[in-house]
Amino acid sequence: MAQTYHSTVGSRHYHFKSLAALMAKATPSRSGDRLAGVIAESAEERVVAQMVLAELPLTTFLNEALIPYEDDEITRLIIDDHDIKAFAPIKHLTVGDFRNWLLSDHATPEVLQSVRAGITPEMAAAVSKLMRNQDLILVGKKCQVVTAFRNTIGLPGRLSTRLQPNHPTDDVTGIAASILDGLLYGSGDAVIGINPATDNVAQSVKLMRLMDEVIQKYQIPTQSCVLTHVTNTLEAIEQGAPVDLVFQSIGGTEATNRSFGFDLATLAEAEAAAQSLARGTVGNNVMYFETGQGSALSADAHHGLDQQTCEARAYAVARKFNPLLVNTVVGFIGPEYLFDGKEITRAGLEDHFCGKLLGVPMGCDVCYTNHAQADQNDMDNLLTLLGVAGCNFLMGIPGSDDIMLNYQTTSFHDALYARRALGLKAAPEFERWLEEMQIFQDVSTHRLNDQLPAAFAESLRHLHKEPRHAT
Amino acid sequence: MPPDETSPIVVENPWERLRAFTDARIGLGRAGVSLPTRKLLEFQLAHAQAQDAVHCLLDVDGLACELQEAFELAQAPQRLHSQAQDRAMYLQRPDYGRRLNEASREQLQTAAPSTPRVDLAVVLVDGLSALAVQQNAKPFLKALYRQLEQDSNAWEMAPLTIVEQGRVAIGDEVGALLNADAVLVMIGERPGLSSPDSLGLYMTWAPAPGLKDDRRNCISNVRPAGLAMEEAARRLLLLLKEARERQLSGVKLKDRSEDNVLESTGSTRNFLVAD
Repeated sequence: MAQTYHSTVGSRHYHFKSLAALMAKATPSRSGDRLAGVIAESAEERVVAQMVLAELPLTTFLNEALIPYEDDEITRLIIDDHDIKAFAPIKHLTVGDFRNWLLSDHATPEVLQSVRAGITPEMAAAVSKLMRNQDLILVGKKCQVVTAFRNTIGLPGRLSTRLQPNHPTDDVTGIAASILDGLLYGSGDAVIGINPATDNVAQSVKLMRLMDEVIQKYQIPTQSCVLTHVTNTLEAIEQGAPVDLVFQSIGGTEATNRSFGFDLATLAEAEAAAQSLARGTVGNNVMYFETGQGSALSADAHHGLDQQTCEARAYAVARKFNPLLVNTVVGFIGPEYLFDGKEITRAGLEDHFCGKLLGVPMGCDVCYTNHAQADQNDMDNLLTLLGVAGCNFLMGIPGSDDIMLNYQTTSFHDALYARRALGLKAAPEFERWLEEMQIFQDVSTHRLNDQLPAAFAESLRHLHKEPRHAT
Repeated sequence: MPPDETSPIVVENPWERLRAFTDARIGLGRAGVSLPTRKLLEFQLAHAQAQDAVHCLLDVDGLACELQEAFELAQAPQRLHSQAQDRAMYLQRPDYGRRLNEASREQLQTAAPSTPRVDLAVVLVDGLSALAVQQNAKPFLKALYRQLEQDSNAWEMAPLTIVEQGRVAIGDEVGALLNADAVLVMIGERPGLSSPDSLGLYMTWAPAPGLKDDRRNCISNVRPAGLAMEEAARRLLLLLKEARERQLSGVKLKDRSEDNVLESTGSTRNFLVAD
C-alpha cells in the first residue's frame, strides 16, 4: 500500500519508508522532531529528503493520506473538502515546481486566493520545507486573508494586536489597568483577549461582561474573547453572556483535539451559536483559534508525523470554521519542541506562510519561555520578519511579561516599534477611534499623545473611590 | 514636526499609580515609542533571574524533613525520581519526566500489596520551579489537610511522595501504584518574570499511566502573591468532592467553585466603567 522513497547520493543510498517519513526528514532541524524520533539523521539526509520531496507531484498528497482516512476526521475533512476546480491550475506541478510557481509573477494575490481551496495542508507543509526564510516571507506577504467582526483585520499595510490583559487571579481592577495601558498604547484592534486564571463558566462570564462594558462605554471598534474551553463558551452563550468570539486551542489530528476535549462537531456547534448572537457590525467571523507546533506530539497524537506537518493540518480545522483570528503561539510550548531562537523564528515563519497559503487569518504570538534558549533579541527579529511578511496580528502585553501564563511575548511598545519601523497601521476602524479619542497626536506618524486623553482622565478620577479587590 | 525642545525625552505615563492594582508592567513610559533604559534593564535582570531559577535544584531531604515534622507523619515522604537523570535531559525529554525510573517504580510496587485502597494520593513534583514546591508545598498542604478534615466525607490518604525531575503526568503513575482513587500533583510551574514561585495543582480521578490532559483539572498560580492557599484548597476540595461523586475528572468535570459570581452584579465593577 504505502509507497517508499529512495535516492542515491555518491555512494550512499537513502531509503524513506513512507511519505510521512520523507516529510519529516525533509524538515529543517528542530528539537520536537528529534524527540519524536522522526528527524533526519544527518544534514545530508535532510537535503536528500528535500530533493526527493521536490520531485513528488502535488497529486501524491491526494492519493496517499499521511494519517488514514478511516482513522482521523481531519484527514476526512481535508480530502472531502478538497476543491478539484481550484486545484486545476497547479495540479500538474511537483512540490519543487510549486515553490517556483508560488514565487513567480504568475502567483498574484488574486490567483493565490483562487487556488486556496485546492491546496491541502500537506502540500503547504511540503513546499515550505523547501523554502528559505525569505521565500516564506515573500509568498506569505502575497497571500492576503481579510476577516471582520467589529473591524477589518488583515488588510495590506495593517498590523493588528491582541490586547492580552491577563491577571494571575483575574482581579477585575488589575485587568482593567492593563486594558487601559494597552488602549493608551494603541493596542487591541485584533481582540481584547483574556486567558482566565480560573477556567470555569462563571469566571468566564464575569470577564466577558467586564470587557463588554469597556467596549461599549468607550465605543471601541473591537471584539472581546475569554480564552476558555469551547464547551465553557457554549454554556456561557446559553446563559446569555455577551460572547463576541469563541476560543479554542486546536491541533492537526483528531486524537490531539480529543485530548483537548472537543471534536469538529463541537466547533460547528460553537460557530453557529456565536453567529446567532449577531454581535459583529462589519463582519461575522466569530472564531478565535490558537495552534502551535508540538501540540500533537505533546498529546502523543502525532501518528509519526513531523510537528510542522501536524501544525499545517490544524489550519484545515481552522479554515473550516471561518475564524476572525488564528494565532500560532510559537515559542510557548518549550525547548523540547523548539529549542532556541533560531528554531522559534523558523517555525513562526513556516506557520504564517502555511496558514496564509491555506486562507487562514494568521497572527503570531512571538514568544518564549524562561526555560528556552531565547531572549528579547530573538523576539525582535521574528517580530520584524513577520511584520515584513504581512502577519495579521501580534500579541500586546504590558512590558512583554505575561504575569499569569509566565512567559514573554510582544509588548505594546514592540507593536508600535513594528508599525513605526515598517510603516504599518492598525485596523482602519480602530485607527479612526485612536485618533478620535486623542490617544495619538498623529496616528499617521505613530506619535502618541503626551497628555492623558479626556475620556480616560475622567475614568482615572474614579480611582480613589475604588476598593482594592482581593480576588 | 519634532516636539518642542522643552518636552522631556522620556515621557512618563500619568496612569502609573494603577500599578498598585497589578504586577503587570504597566505605565512604563516611553522614549519615542520604545522602552526607557531603566525599564529595559529591569526586564533584563528579571529574565536573568528566571533563567537561573529553572536550573535550581529541589532540596528533597530538607523538604521531606520539614513536612514530616509539620504534619507529624509516621514515615518521611517517599523520595522518587523520574527517568530524566538531570535538568538538561529533563528540558529536552518530557517523555522521561512523565515516567518513574525503575528504582522508584520498584520501591512503590514493593509497598503496593500491603497498601490498601485510599481516597487520595498527594504527589509533590519539582517541575520547572523547585522554588515553588520548596516554599509553598507546606502552607498549601496545611490548608488542604484542614479542609479535608472538616469535610463530611472521610479522606483516606496515601503516604506523601516527592518526585524529582518530574512532569505533571508522572502523578498518574504514582497514584496508580499507590492504589489511590484520585491523585493530586503539586508541581512547580514554569517561572515567570514576576513569579518564580508559582505552584500548579492537577487532579486526576482514577489515575493510570498514559492518561491525557483532558482527564485532569488544574488550579494554577498558587503562591502568596497569587491564588491564596486557603482559596486554592477550597476550590480543590470542591473538585475532589465532585470527582468522587461522579467518578470522573477533567473536561467533563467543570470547576464550579465560582458559580456564585453570577449572582453578584457588582463583580465587574472597576474604574474604567464606574459611573
